[in-house]
Amino acid sequence: MRRKWRELPIAAGMLAPSAVVLGVFVVYPLVRAVQLGHLRCDATGKRCREGGWGQYIDVFRSNEFQHALANTARLALMTVPIGLALGVGLAVLADKQLRGIGFFRTVFASTVATSVAVASLVWFVLLQPEVGVLPDLLHGLIPSLKHPGLLRDPGTALPAVALSSIWASLGFTFIVITAALQGIPRELYESALVDGAGGWMRFTNVTLPMLGPTLLFTSVVLTTRAFQAYGEIALLTGGGPDPERPTQTVPYLIYGQNSLVKNDIGLKSSAAVLLFFVLLVLALVQFRGLDKRVHYAR
Amino acid sequence: MQGDTSRRARQVGRYALLIFIAALVLFPIYAALMQALKSGPDAIDHPKSLLPINLTLDTMRSAWRIGDLGRLLLNSVFVAIAVTAGVIVTSLLAAYAFAFLEFPGKGPAFVAFLATLLVPAELTIVVNQRTVDSLGWFNSYQGLIVPLLATTFGTFLVRQVFLTIPKDLNEAAALDGVGHLRFLWEVAAPLSRPTLGALGLFTFLGTWNQYLWPSTIITDDNHRTIQIGLERLKTGDIDKLNLVTAGTMIAALPIFVVLISFQRQLVRGLTAGAVKG
Repeated sequence: MRRKWRELPIAAGMLAPSAVVLGVFVVYPLVRAVQLGHLRCDATGKRCREGGWGQYIDVFRSNEFQHALANTARLALMTVPIGLALGVGLAVLADKQLRGIGFFRTVFASTVATSVAVASLVWFVLLQPEVGVLPDLLHGLIPSLKHPGLLRDPGTALPAVALSSIWASLGFTFIVITAALQGIPRELYESALVDGAGGWMRFTNVTLPMLGPTLLFTSVVLTTRAFQAYGEIALLTGGGPDPERPTQTVPYLIYGQNSLVKNDIGLKSSAAVLLFFVLLVLALVQFRGLDKRVHYAR
Repeated sequence: MQGDTSRRARQVGRYALLIFIAALVLFPIYAALMQALKSGPDAIDHPKSLLPINLTLDTMRSAWRIGDLGRLLLNSVFVAIAVTAGVIVTSLLAAYAFAFLEFPGKGPAFVAFLATLLVPAELTIVVNQRTVDSLGWFNSYQGLIVPLLATTFGTFLVRQVFLTIPKDLNEAAALDGVGHLRFLWEVAAPLSRPTLGALGLFTFLGTWNQYLWPSTIITDDNHRTIQIGLERLKTGDIDKLNLVTAGTMIAALPIFVVLISFQRQLVRGLTAGAVKG
């Protein structure tokens, strides 16, 4: 009992640096944004009045937010399943004792070294019909793609952004899943082999269930990334092409250079708070829904 | 014999698949490198050629000069190192309090710490932009550094390692008159060096790769980091796109070097959250 109070000053001192930074730059902004989100401002964004909680409902229902949310969800639906499948595929492919496998592992992991700006600019150039080779290649593969300016065509802009994101995340997904594969006890495979399970059976009955927790973690991370997509949008499409703006994600709606709400602190705050809630709900749903099917065996 | 040949064939097939996929993964980087190593006239005459002929560093040099990449890289290095050092210190201190000290309200305090993990930067930046502005930190290194100086992730990670250090060791040290800070510095921190390495690498990479935060508070050339500075090379001029690629390759290089030197810490850090479930 006495120890508890004796150590309080030193504990407080040690916690203070973190507490101050987190307090000022995480907790305060959270609380303040929730308050500011109530504000309804005029066109200049200068004069604001209290709009109450209803403001959140209005913003959530607004065409701009719904449009951005739908775009963001589409981006996640493209990047998460494909990213996971590719990560598992590559990790399983490279999880063999072969000569030179270290080289291939390094190659598959390599995109982890690219930042969002580097990856996006590499793909930006690659996708330009005037200088990039990709439009010609894709046109050769799919002749129906008449207009190969993928980023400038409203139908293909978002898939093109997704392609760049999937590539950029591949290294991360590969590393995490490879590490998990190496943690699966070999005896499980051996006993499956004894039971006469073929390659595909071993994959579906041993590998996938044992990867459960890792796949859950990776899927939450990839979903969160998709819902935080900003840099790739800013560099690849600027939210465009206009007027459909199929790549306008929620973060780009809030922070983009040419965003409508740029100077409106009320709208900006409420959209940001709503984005936070969407992320929270998505993470919860994924943990809830997948947790039941996930096998924790450690 | 039959089994041998089919095993052979399967192995060849596997290698063929590995090589094909490796080529696909590397293709964007290869294409970018070929663009970046092309001379100006070549870029106009054969913009799409990816053959490694007539390679030159001229475009890289122009990108370096026009984009003032030296300055941008220096800014990024400075900010990333400052944040990394700061995060290691704040994490060590907070983790020590949570692992070795007893104080009233410890449980709730730890939960409150963890809860901040949930709050994404995309939410806090709306207000942080105003805070930094009112502190007069727009276009400053403080603005880039101070808000990142503490992370829950770091505190949590280091605390996990501290919990594996026997409490007896700490109590014995206290009996010998060794203060908490000295124990932290001389015993606990050295014992958690691998974790600190992973935390350091991750903080460095995370700070280096930041895009949204710097782009909201930096508008002048003196404080721009490499990530947001590269965009300056991206003009509307299609002929200049090879400059963009060259700048991008220069920007990517330091991180490739860092990652190749710290592969083990990278894997340890990435898997810390994943495998333990």
